[in-house]
Order: sequence, then C-alpha cells, then structure tokens
Amino acid sequence: MTLPAWMPTIVEAIYFIAAVLFIWGLKRMSSPRTARQGIVWAGAGMAAAIIVTFFLPGMQNLGWMIAAIVVGVVLSWIVGRRVPMTAMPQMVALFNGMGGGAAAAIGVVELIKFNAALGLVPNTSPIQPEAWADVAGRLGTTELVLAFVGVLIGAVSFTGSLIAFAKLQGWMDRRFVFPLQRWANLAIFAAALVCGALALAAGIEGHAFAWGLLIAFIVLSLVFGIAMTLPIGGADMPVVISMYNAFTGLAVAFEGFVLQNEAMIIAGMVVGAAGTLLTQLMARAMNRSLGNVLFGNFGAGSGAAQQDIAGALKPIDANDAAVMMAYAERVAIVPGYGMAVAQAQHKIWEFAKLLIDRGVKVKFAIHPVAGRMPGHMNVLLAEAGVPYDLIADMDDINPEFPNTDVALVIGANDVVNPVARTDKNSPIYGMPILDVARAKNVIVIKRGRGKGFAGIENALFYADNTRMLYGDGQAAAGELVTGLKSLDA
Amino acid sequence: MITGFLALYIFMLAAFTGYEIISRVPVILHTPLMSGSNFVHGIVLVGAMVALGHADTPIEIAIGVVAVLLAAGNVAGGYVVTERMLEMFKTSKPASPPSTEKK
Repeated sequence: MTLPAWMPTIVEAIYFIAAVLFIWGLKRMSSPRTARQGIVWAGAGMAAAIIVTFFLPGMQNLGWMIAAIVVGVVLSWIVGRRVPMTAMPQMVALFNGMGGGAAAAIGVVELIKFNAALGLVPNTSPIQPEAWADVAGRLGTTELVLAFVGVLIGAVSFTGSLIAFAKLQGWMDRRFVFPLQRWANLAIFAAALVCGALALAAGIEGHAFAWGLLIAFIVLSLVFGIAMTLPIGGADMPVVISMYNAFTGLAVAFEGFVLQNEAMIIAGMVVGAAGTLLTQLMARAMNRSLGNVLFGNFGAGSGAAQQDIAGALKPIDANDAAVMMAYAERVAIVPGYGMAVAQAQHKIWEFAKLLIDRGVKVKFAIHPVAGRMPGHMNVLLAEAGVPYDLIADMDDINPEFPNTDVALVIGANDVVNPVARTDKNSPIYGMPILDVARAKNVIVIKRGRGKGFAGIENALFYADNTRMLYGDGQAAAGELVTGLKSLDA
Repeated sequence: MITGFLALYIFMLAAFTGYEIISRVPVILHTPLMSGSNFVHGIVLVGAMVALGHADTPIEIAIGVVAVLLAAGNVAGGYVVTERMLEMFKTSKPASPPSTEKK
C-alpha cells in the first residue's frame, strides 16, 4: 500500500489530539455533572488514534490485525455489557490485566527484533538485513532498558490482575499462604531481575543475548505477578487492582517510548500517576501503607490474641424497626457490599423515600472503602436513583452520629466495627470507621451470624443500643417498606 | 525522534497532569475514574498494532496478534464498563444541587 508522504504527519497530529482528548476526558470525569461527557471525549480520541494507526507507513499483517481487533472488541464488549454492576471491580481488574499483557507482549516483540538486529551488527556483517534497518534508529540503551522494564511491569500487572479477578469472582480461595512465602516471592523477583540484567548487559555491549534468558525473564515476571497477589486477602483487592492499573499505565508509557509513540507515553504516564495517587488514597482510607497491604498477610494468625467481646445479639423484627425509624428525626443509612450483593439498593431507596415523605432527615453514610472500591457504593446507590446530595462521606457524617436517632446498617460490617478503635490486636486496628456505635440506636440488617469479609468479630453487633434484623437484605428492606406503609393504612 | 531527556520531560509533565486530575476528584467518582483511566491506557492498542504491523517472523506475528487481541479487549471493555458506571449518574435528579462536588 502506497501512502502519501504527508500521512505520518497527519497520524502524529491525530495522536496529539487524542492525547489532549484523554486528559480533557479524565478532567471531565472528575465532576459528577460532566463525567458522562468525559468518557465520550476520551472514546472519540481513542477511536481516532486507532483508525489513523492503520495508515502508518509500512504496516503489514493487516488481516490478522483487523481479525484480532474485531474478536477482542466484540468479546469484551459483550462481557462488559452483561456483567451485573456488583461485578464491576473484577471487570476493571480483568480489562486492566489485558492491557498489561498487551504492553508486555509489545515489549517482547520489540526485544525479539532488537536481539535479532544485535546478532547482525552492521559493522561486522557485510549484508545489512531488513531487521537491522527496522530497529536501527531505536536501538539504544534507554530503549533496551525501558523495553525490559515494560515487559516486567506489564507481565506482573497481567497475571496479578487475573488473580485479583479470579479472587473477586470467587473462583479462588481468598488467600494462599505458606511459610517463607515472602522470601520465595523475593527469590522469584530477584531471579527475574538477574535474567533481565544479564540479557540487558549483553545488549548494551552490542551482543545478542541468549534467547533462554529472555524466555526465563518473561516466565519469571509472569510467575511473580501470580505469587505476589496470591497471599493478599479479598478485602485488599481494590488497592491491588488500583496499583496494577498504575502498573499497566507505566508499562504502556515505557513501551510507548520504545515504539516512539507520543500518545502512548502521555496516556500511559497520566494513568500511571493518577493510578498511583488513587492507590495511596485507598490505602490511606484503610489506614495502612501500601507495603502493609502487599506484604502484611492481612489477618494472618492474630486470632488468638484478640479481645473477647461481651454481650449478646439482640434481634428485632422488621415492623418494630420500621416504627422506630418512622418516628425518628434523623436516620443514617450505612450500606455495605452486602447490600449490593442482595440487590437491596432499590428497596432501601424506596424505604428512604417513604421516610423522607414523613419528614425524617435521611442520609446515606458511605465509608471510603465500602463495597469493593472507593466510590463503588456511590455507583450502586446512583443506580438505584439516590440523588448524590443525600450521600455523605465519612468525614462529614461522623460528627453527626451522636445526633442521629437511628443508624441503619445494611450489609456493612468491617467498616463499622468499633474494634478498629479499641482492640490493638485486631488486624483492622487503626482503620478509620464510621462511628455508627455513637448513634442513639443502631439497626443492623444481616443475613446470618457470620463474620465480615475480613473474618473479624464485630463488637457493634453486641452493643447495648444495637438490634439485629436478620434476613436477606432485599427481603428485610421489603419488610421495612411494608411496615412503614402499614403505619399510614 | 524522542531522545532520553525529551522523554523525561514528557514523563514528568504527564505524571503531574495525572496527579492533578485525580487529586480533585470526590470519592463518589473514584471507581468510575479508575475505570476511565483503565480505558485510557487502552491506547496500548495503538502500540500493539504498530508491533504487529512491523512483525516479520511467525513468532513475532503470533505475539503481536496476542498483543492486539488483549489490547482490543482492554479498550472495548474499559469503555463499556466506564460508560455503564457513568450512566448511573444520569438518574440523579437534575434539580439536586451538586453539593458533593468538592474542589
């Protein structure tokens, strides 16, 4: 295919516009009112960048390319459309892992090309094959280093995200711990680095490196992604997914440098930085450092030392609970992931609307890590139609709990557990919590007597001012609605 | 041709941009934004296409196809999931003041 000489300039220009649209789109996404336009802008930039890439000079294998794009797009489009909203976090993990894998694969292709060219250094070889001409301008020390680093990060993000996906999807035992695991992981990582460094050293000196080194490097990087994610518990997955999101961004930026593609560098780096900050925000919301999340083996072996909790669970039936809230002045509803699993958000909002009609001041209190990701709960409440001015952050609502007549906890557990303040031996000690225990009355809707996601006993449930309303979230919320309606009948 | 230092400047400026964008976001949008940034690094598809487009040997082509396949999944999946999440915000009453919009 012969293309006009000005074509590469057009492509560059479109890449520039795409980069602007990505940043503009992310900016728009940072405000609730403009968020929806944001993704459309970014999508337009992405479509334009992909289309013009077909018109770069010297593109081959177009049949394969189009087939792979069609298959990849159609499959993940269908999957993305069909999954329920509660499964969104693992979807982000899955698609992020795919991006990381793609970045690693790009690096591998480039390294194969570099190595083939290194085997045929032009000064010593009389014939300069095409392989050399293709990479001659790009084969420098920086490119080699970044190609290797990109493969490492991309591969870790790939397998790590897939493990995170499998864990959140419930396909895998939540944690997988064995003695000396940290050292084993460290050994894998070190081995990967050694293989990469040996290959790199040869490449920088201008010799080809052994193919075995490259293969070992790739395999060890992939294994490290798995090994690093296995011991991390399900409750910490959001932080881990966010970190891998940043990893993929970095890998994309590095491979973008190797390919001399500005759009990849900018988009990858923006995501890398944004993802890093988001990861920190999430870790901070749980009052833990990232290192602690990754290497802390959350909740391991501390069970024996925890304080015993005194008191009994006191049940309440739905009618009494409905009456209690109907005559309250202020009600705070504290939803957790359990509400989402039970698909109870619509019923709860119906109940809240009835309360509001009766003149009760209702607010939804959201813990930063409620659900499986920051903001996950907000998305689920928004799905049910809850206006976002009724939704309060932890910092805003916590001082209001002493003036709250009834706090209705539905499907939340660890984020309202006072043990986080009182028991130094608890694995969640120090995590900021919603001060639900300070409300005048607490009603907890809970399916059974089981423990929360972190597997810790909850002192709130045994408190004097707490009543337990047992049942499936949606059924219980339905009974509350009925109870409230029967008051007026 | 992007040289080392030029790339370093681009890296630096892009990193600050990403940091600035996220630091002003209310918690309510963190998940959609993570999903949105997940979509944006789908630009890796462009790189995968370039890698496959210049692949010569069968092994290069095979890995290139895998790269394009994965990257295409990242782009499409990232877009759909983000769009679905953000669609939720349409249902909030237009009359409600954007009080949670913190700057």
